[in-house]
Parts: sequence; C-alpha cells; structure tokens
Amino acid sequence: MNEGKMVTIYVMGKKQIVPADLTIMKAIEYAGYQFKRGAGCRGGFCGACASVYRKRGSYKLQGALACQKIVEDGMIITQIPFSPNEKKTYNINELKADASTFLEYYPEITRCLACNTCTKSCPQDIMVMDYVQAAIRGDIALTAKLSFDCIGCGLCAMRCPAEIVPFNIGQLARRLESKYVEGPTEHVLKRCEEVKEGKFDSEISELMIMDKKILTNKYNNRELRIK
Amino acid sequence: MSGYPEYMQESITKVVESRARRLSGTGIKPMTAEERQQILEKFHPDWKPNMKRSISIGPSKEMMVPHEVADIIESHSRIKSSEIDLNNVDYDVDVLIIGGGGAGLSAGLIANENGVPADSILLVQKLRLGDANSKMAQGGIQAADREEDSPALHYLDVIGGGHYANKPELVEALVRDAPDVIRWHESLGVMFDKKSDGTMLEIAGGGTSRVRMHSCKDYTGLEMTRVVLDEFINRGIGYIEFTSAVDLIMDSKDQVAGAVLLDMETEEYKVARAKSTVLSTGGFGRLHIQGYATTNHYGATGDGIVMAYRAGAILRDLDSTQYHPTGAAFPEQIVGQLATEKLRGRGAQPVNKNGELFVYHLETRDVEASSYIRECFERDNGVITPTGMHGIWLDTPMIDVINGSGTIEREFAAMYRNFNKFGIDIRKEPMLVFPTLHYQNGGVEINAKTETNIPGLLCAGEVCGGVHGKNRLMGNSQLDIYVFGRRAGKSAADRAKNVTVGKLSLAHLDRYERWLKEANIKTDRKAPLLLPEYRGKKTLEHKLNIL
Repeated sequence: MNEGKMVTIYVMGKKQIVPADLTIMKAIEYAGYQFKRGAGCRGGFCGACASVYRKRGSYKLQGALACQKIVEDGMIITQIPFSPNEKKTYNINELKADASTFLEYYPEITRCLACNTCTKSCPQDIMVMDYVQAAIRGDIALTAKLSFDCIGCGLCAMRCPAEIVPFNIGQLARRLESKYVEGPTEHVLKRCEEVKEGKFDSEISELMIMDKKILTNKYNNRELRIK
Repeated sequence: MSGYPEYMQESITKVVESRARRLSGTGIKPMTAEERQQILEKFHPDWKPNMKRSISIGPSKEMMVPHEVADIIESHSRIKSSEIDLNNVDYDVDVLIIGGGGAGLSAGLIANENGVPADSILLVQKLRLGDANSKMAQGGIQAADREEDSPALHYLDVIGGGHYANKPELVEALVRDAPDVIRWHESLGVMFDKKSDGTMLEIAGGGTSRVRMHSCKDYTGLEMTRVVLDEFINRGIGYIEFTSAVDLIMDSKDQVAGAVLLDMETEEYKVARAKSTVLSTGGFGRLHIQGYATTNHYGATGDGIVMAYRAGAILRDLDSTQYHPTGAAFPEQIVGQLATEKLRGRGAQPVNKNGELFVYHLETRDVEASSYIRECFERDNGVITPTGMHGIWLDTPMIDVINGSGTIEREFAAMYRNFNKFGIDIRKEPMLVFPTLHYQNGGVEINAKTETNIPGLLCAGEVCGGVHGKNRLMGNSQLDIYVFGRRAGKSAADRAKNVTVGKLSLAHLDRYERWLKEANIKTDRKAPLLLPEYRGKKTLEHKLNIL
C-alpha cells in the first residue's frame, strides 16, 4: 500500500490530487463528485463504469472499469457511461440456431476487419474478436463460451472501426446456445411436473403447521447429504 | 510474487503447511443448536447492544431496527404534498414497477404474459435498467430438482436457517416455485452450469442438507439478469432509466395508485398513475449498518421501505441483518466486496493466522460470520491488515486440489479475475476475508401473492420481509427475486383488470409529518436517500467498531 502517497490525475481534464491507492471510481468521489451515471455494482459485475484514459506523455488510449483500476500518476480520465448501441428485438421462440440468425439481426458482423482492437479494449480480457469471428462462422457454442464473462460495458463497441456491437452478438449467441443447442434439462422438467401434480403438497403442509418443538427437532436431526 | 505484504508471509506459510493435513483430516463437525445460539448471542452484530432503536412512529411502531434504518424511516419526504400537481398525470398505466432488478424485470414480463399490454406497463429505475444486486449474485440459485432432494427438504432448510421466524406461506411459495424458476430461465436462454451427462451441476451451501445450488460460473446473477433484461426489451415493455420514485401516491379509496417520480438528471418531478404498483427496490446495504463495508450495489439505499412505510405498510424482521462471512479484507481497494460462498461449497476452508481450521466451513451465514468475528477479536487469531482491519484466511487453493486443476479459472472466473486485478492469484494464495454487510433480511410484510396490507401495493424481492426469517441461506435471494417478482407480475395483472383508481392524493405525506411532530422528531433528514454519500473524505471512511 502507498500509505499517505498522493498522485495527480485529470478528471475530464480537471486536475485533482488524490490518494494513490484509490480506484478511479473512489478517486473521482474523493475529488468531490457524486455519481448519477457511471457507477453501478462497484465490484466488477455490471459494466456501468466504463472509462478511458491516457497517461500524460503517452499516445496510448486505454480502457478500464473505474471500480477495478487503481489510479496512476498523470492519468487523464473520462468515463463513457453510455454507448449508443441498438439491441435488435426478436422472438426467442422463433429463431434458428445457426449463422443466418446473426446475419439477419446483425449483418454488420461481416465487416469485421479482424484487427483485434475489441479484444485489446476489453477490461475483462475477453477474446472479443474471436467470438465475433465464431459468430460469422455460425459457431454458437464457441461464441457463447468466449463471450460468457461479458459485463456489457460497451468499450469494445466504442472502439470497433467496423462499428460492430460485439456484446449484442454475444447475448444473442448465449440465448441460442441455452435454448436450442443445450435445450431444457430433463430432471428440472420432471420436478416441475411433480410439483404441479401435488407430489409434495402434504409433506409441505405438514411442515407449515408443525409444532415448533417438533419442527426444530426435525431440522436439527435432518440428514446431510452434500458430498 | 505474493500479493500480500512481507509481514503476512509467515502466516501464509502456516496455511500452506497445514493444507495437506486439513485435506486428509475429517475437518470440524457442524455445531450443535446450543453452540450456534451461544455464538450468535455473543458475536453476531445483530446482538450487539446499542446498535438499534425502536421506530417511534407508524404502523410498526416499537419495532427494533438498526439506527441507520430508523434514521431513514424517521425522515421527511423529499417533497411536500402542496408542491405536486396530481391533476397533471405524466404517465397513466395499468402497472407501475419501481426498481429494475430481477424482481422488477420479471414482474414486468409476467404482467405482460397475463394480459397487460407492454405499453400499459412502466418500470422506473434510478440507475440503468438491470443495475441491481440481482446482477451481482455470484454463487447460485437454489432449487430442489434432484431425485434425492425435495421442496419439503428445501422448506426445512430455509425455515431452520431462518430460526423459525419466517412466514410459512412465503417459504412454501419459495420452495414450490423454485424448480419452475429454473425451467423458466432455461426456456428464456440462461446458460446454467451442467455436468457432462447433461444434468445440472449443483453444489451445497451453508445450511443446505442437499446439493441444490445451480450456477452460471460465478456470474450467476449477471447471466440471469441479462437474459431477463434482453427479453424485457424484446417485448417492448415501457421503462425509464435514471428516474426514481420518491413517494407513493394514494387515492380517495385508500389504495396505492402510483408514485411521484424524480428524473435523477433533470431533477423534475413527474406523476405516474397506476392500478397496480409493484415495489421492487431492493435492500439497504449502502446504509452501512454499524459502519460495515458492504457487498451491495451503489443503489441499495433502502428506498422501498421508506416509501411503503409512509403509505402505511407493515414492516417485519428488520431487526435482523445479514453479514456475509467472506467479504474481502485485503487489499484495501476491494474491502467488503463479496467472495462467494460457492468457494466454501467447493471446499475452501476458513483458517486462522496459525493455519488452523476453526469452524465447519458450511455453517449458516450468521453462525459462520460470528465464528470469524470470535476468531479475530476474542481469540486474537486474525491477520491484521496495513489499514488495521482483521481478517481470516479463506484457503482457496484447496479448490483446485480437491476438484482438479483449472476448477478455479473455470467456475470462479469472476473471483479469479477481480482479485487478480489487485495482485492476488487465488489459485495460489488464500484470500483474506472478514464479514461484510450483505442482505436486508426483513422488510415490508407481504402474503404469498405479494400483496401488502395496502390495496394496490405489491412488493417483491429484498424490500420484503418474512421469506428468510432472521437469516437467509445462500442462493435463496436469487430465487426469491424471481419467485416473488413473477408472482407480483401475476397479481398486478389480475388486479389491473378489476379496479378503478379514485382521486389521487398525497395526504399520507401530511399524516406522516404529523406523526413526526407528535413523536417530537426534529430532523433535517430527507428520505429516500436514492444515492449514498461518498464525496470527499467519506470515500475513505471505515468506522467499524466490532465488540
């Protein structure tokens, strides 16, 4: 830890001196801002705090989640709390699980230059270009798998020179994979039927009105089968 | 290279040295009921004196709640009844949904499926649509769908884990709907983890008697929320982001009939009239009860309990708060963030500074958390961080030893990634953890149809009390939001077909002002808070006072 050490950052160009061990998010708050946009789960799960920065003297433009990146001296930061990406609407029950679906809804994927800028801009280190390419080939399983950890921050879409919105394609692929490739799970369907038929009704009803002492005893002596 | 400071290395070496012994040993047995009660009374934050006071006004007067909750309840409205023109209705809908996490989104979908047109539903969300604790659930969702399991066993686990304080009809709804919630999400296209034979990969959690935790790696909430969100947009259901409700609107028939909305960006107030109003605003983690750091989303400021209470709703079980045993205690940047219970479900043990296992790793959350507090503060067996926090080791490398190399990267992608960003490789080094504020156990009282004591007001998700009693089990909140969100959607649709709205009124706000005056409460506080306050040095605060 950098106990007591301060660094200089530039929040949308404005100079701020902040403790060196803060995340970008906390540093912006330390500087006096209250987020309305640009903050969400604060734990790397929601993608609300997409940010880009350059360090003074460097040409490199880098992306990060504000809640997951520690400030560095000389960072010039702006948040990109929103990116204009239109999600196409569809009826999930009427789709085909092949490449034609991606091409129908997002034909621009064929414009992919394979430049890998999306992958380089991803704060989750996802192989974005690889899943876009997999979608073009109609490989739904691979598109779903590679895109799974996407939190939809939008940085890939903002940097893509072919103007593709990769995370919309990943979302479509994952739904296709689950619904059509994997399909429903049999033992889940079976249990739903059993519940509907009332198989557990009497047992549950009994527990609901059970004397607390008997219920407590039943709980304390229940068998654990968790291996 | 180690992500921990030099002075912690000796302790980490002890953890490594004892690992083989702990792996081959029989471990520690679960506590008896008496031992559990003793440790809770002595070490659980809920039992600490002087941390609560009784609510001095309203229908749940005299109920003991944390000071932070009493503060928002004993607050003025952000608006005055005279300032809002109720004759000028900006949005006139059948169903108004306040809060756009899993409960609100699923309520919208099911209301739509039950005959409410998409454009007669309006969901308002003070941040982005889907931004909620729902998205942050890591470990999983419970449902008794295996041969050796049953909803009745699930019921027993829930009510025993909740110390028998749960409302039976809500527990029944929870366990009975659970398999169908999994089926529904799969039919929408959620990718659950499966075994090679195509069955669900399910594990145990603290206090479960069977393996019934379904997961989507450790992004379970993210995956379930984003699919429901995608579907919500596909259906064209109405929503407005960055717009919050600030108070409910009543009508001349003493029904809830909508809400006063605040555009968070333009700061304009708007009037929404509705036949059914669903409150799905989530919990209160960002109130930092007792100064605890929290796992919760930025928006978790307990807005719903305030709005419902002003309208006359009954509250319950708010004396009890869930502290998740394993919040990050190091590094400083992520203090309080969640280390999923699934880590223990997959075999990681809690170990003290001497490398000793000191508690069964799958006690219920309240007992497990209490034992960590005891280990640090009574037995002085915690590791102290550079900023003075105490923590115990969660021996994550055990997971790969037990389940095979690569398990952590495959099943704990989020944990591995998020700790790695701050220099700690959880495949090789343990995590340092300490209990963190996680869940609002209590809230607005509902019945199994999600109805409250006020006609027109339905509630679903963490804003409610009664489902989990005084302690919630892992994987039951991700379940709760969809069980009761879907039920709220159905109830909202049924109601909208049969009611008419009377003349709109905010007289309940004037009544509330009278109550405050009669109770001699003099304060500048206004609620709901909508956003937590972290500006300036507040972002650095840790005022935790454990014993």
